Amino acid sequence: MYDFAYHKPSSLADAVKLLAEDPDAKPISGGMTLLPALKHRLNMPTALIDLSGIAELRGIKREGDAIVIGAMVKHFEVATDPQIMAAIPALARMAATIGDTQVRNRGTIGGSLANNDPAADYPAAALALGATLITDRRQIPADDFFVGMFTTAMEPGELLIGVSFPIPEKAGYAKLRNPASRYSMTGVFVAKGPKGVGVGVNGAASCAFRQKEMEAALAANWSPEAVANIRQPANDLNSDIHGSAEYRANLVTVMAKRAVADAG
Amino acid sequence: MPQVTLTVNGKSHTVEVEARTLLVEVLREKLRLTGTHVGCDTSQCGACVVQMGEDSVKSCTILAVQADGAQVTTIEGLAAADGTLHPMQEAFREYHALQCGFCTPGMVMSAIDLVKKHPQGLSEQEIREGLEGNICRCTGYHNIVKAIAAAADVMQGRTPELARAG
Ligand SMILES: Cc1cc2nc3c(=O)[nH]c(=O)nc-3n(C[C@H](O)[C@H](O)[C@H](O)COP(=O)(O)OP(=O)(O)OC[C@H]3O[C@@H](n4cnc5c(N)ncnc54)[C@H](O)[C@@H]3O)c2cc1C
Ligand code: FES
Ligand code: FES
Repeated sequence: MYDFAYHKPSSLADAVKLLAEDPDAKPISGGMTLLPALKHRLNMPTALIDLSGIAELRGIKREGDAIVIGAMVKHFEVATDPQIMAAIPALARMAATIGDTQVRNRGTIGGSLANNDPAADYPAAALALGATLITDRRQIPADDFFVGMFTTAMEPGELLIGVSFPIPEKAGYAKLRNPASRYSMTGVFVAKGPKGVGVGVNGAASCAFRQKEMEAALAANWSPEAVANIRQPANDLNSDIHGSAEYRANLVTVMAKRAVADAG
Repeated sequence: MPQVTLTVNGKSHTVEVEARTLLVEVLREKLRLTGTHVGCDTSQCGACVVQMGEDSVKSCTILAVQADGAQVTTIEGLAAADGTLHPMQEAFREYHALQCGFCTPGMVMSAIDLVKKHPQGLSEQEIREGLEGNICRCTGYHNIVKAIAAAADVMQGRTPELARAG
């Protein structure tokens, strides 16, 4: 790791200011992704801005028909929070499958969403549930937030402060884990909610995406059979030593069926 | 250089570090607590697990500066002053839950956190899933799982039958 300066601001305003003053500074939340990247010298920030001292980024609350989760909320908290377990149990169950206990004890929902790893779990849930990403300067619908591999709509220096998930009528999630890395090979999150039916897919392509053909089929008939014959085109899917694009395309259908069954 | 203050195994230490210094480097190199191991250095293997505050964490993936002010317990902090082993250590010995011993400090630290977070006791499945972040190249995990089940019974005041049955 190259050395860097370290700051731990205690307010959001101070964090935003530090990031604005130094374009080569980077925020750090759980560090579960950033520190391994720094060890590989993939990144050379001049300073790390530790977000763990900022109260505005914590907390889980119900606001009307939505659950709002602060960016610094850890995976472990999402997995075990009574409000989330009651309102969006599929999201809590998803969080319980991220990495391992120690990763869940440090890694945060904000870090995961901001990082937008193609195989990360949460982006599929954000897309399917029609979440809104809240930053220090605006609100971004999930559909516009995840723009590509490890890329989001956020500008340099922009901080994610939380995410608002509309509470669905039902939701479910299923993924096939890579047996070695345990990251999702392909995962599908389905939700039926105030904004209609959402189907979010992770792990299969360079960025999480919505499967709209499945959404239409499930809107007409909410059952695993409704998606059983829908084939995801393999053209834009990932092909690597773990599985071909065709294999992943098939997994989209299989995981979608399981996710609907999971939602009940 | 940044200064950090850590309470490690009940004793307060103030050390000078670089911002990039890892918690595990402070433990091993500055405090000479070499029971905490580094297996992978990429947050995969769990050999470096320590207790920090309420949670078990991988000390290879935390900066010392992030741990400033924290209470840390390492494998060295488990046994009583007179040498009496912690029930988890005792169970690892009793059930032969180690071969080379490299993974053992991390296993024991993860296992204690796992038991604490399941006050009603745990199933074999929950123990196996709870060890997802700890890799052992020697034992095949079987005796580790038995040891944790037995230690959980002792720590939670039940008669240790579950493990012996297996
Ligand atoms: C062994 C292992 C297994 C894992 N398995 C999984 C898995 O199965 N599924 C999964 O989804 N993830 C997995 N992860 C990743 C894990 O979920 C990370 O916690 C997460 O991707 C990043 O969150 P973090 O809080 O650690 O972020 P950090 O590592 O601190 O930051 C990640 C990136 O986001 C930026 N950032 C952080 N917070 C903000 C913010 N508030 N605003 C703007 N930018 C920000 C940082 O600058 C950095 O670029 C795994 C990680 C490990 C080490
Ligand atoms: S050395 Fe920390 S997880 Fe392997
Ligand atoms: S006992 Fe050798 S690695 Fe576990």
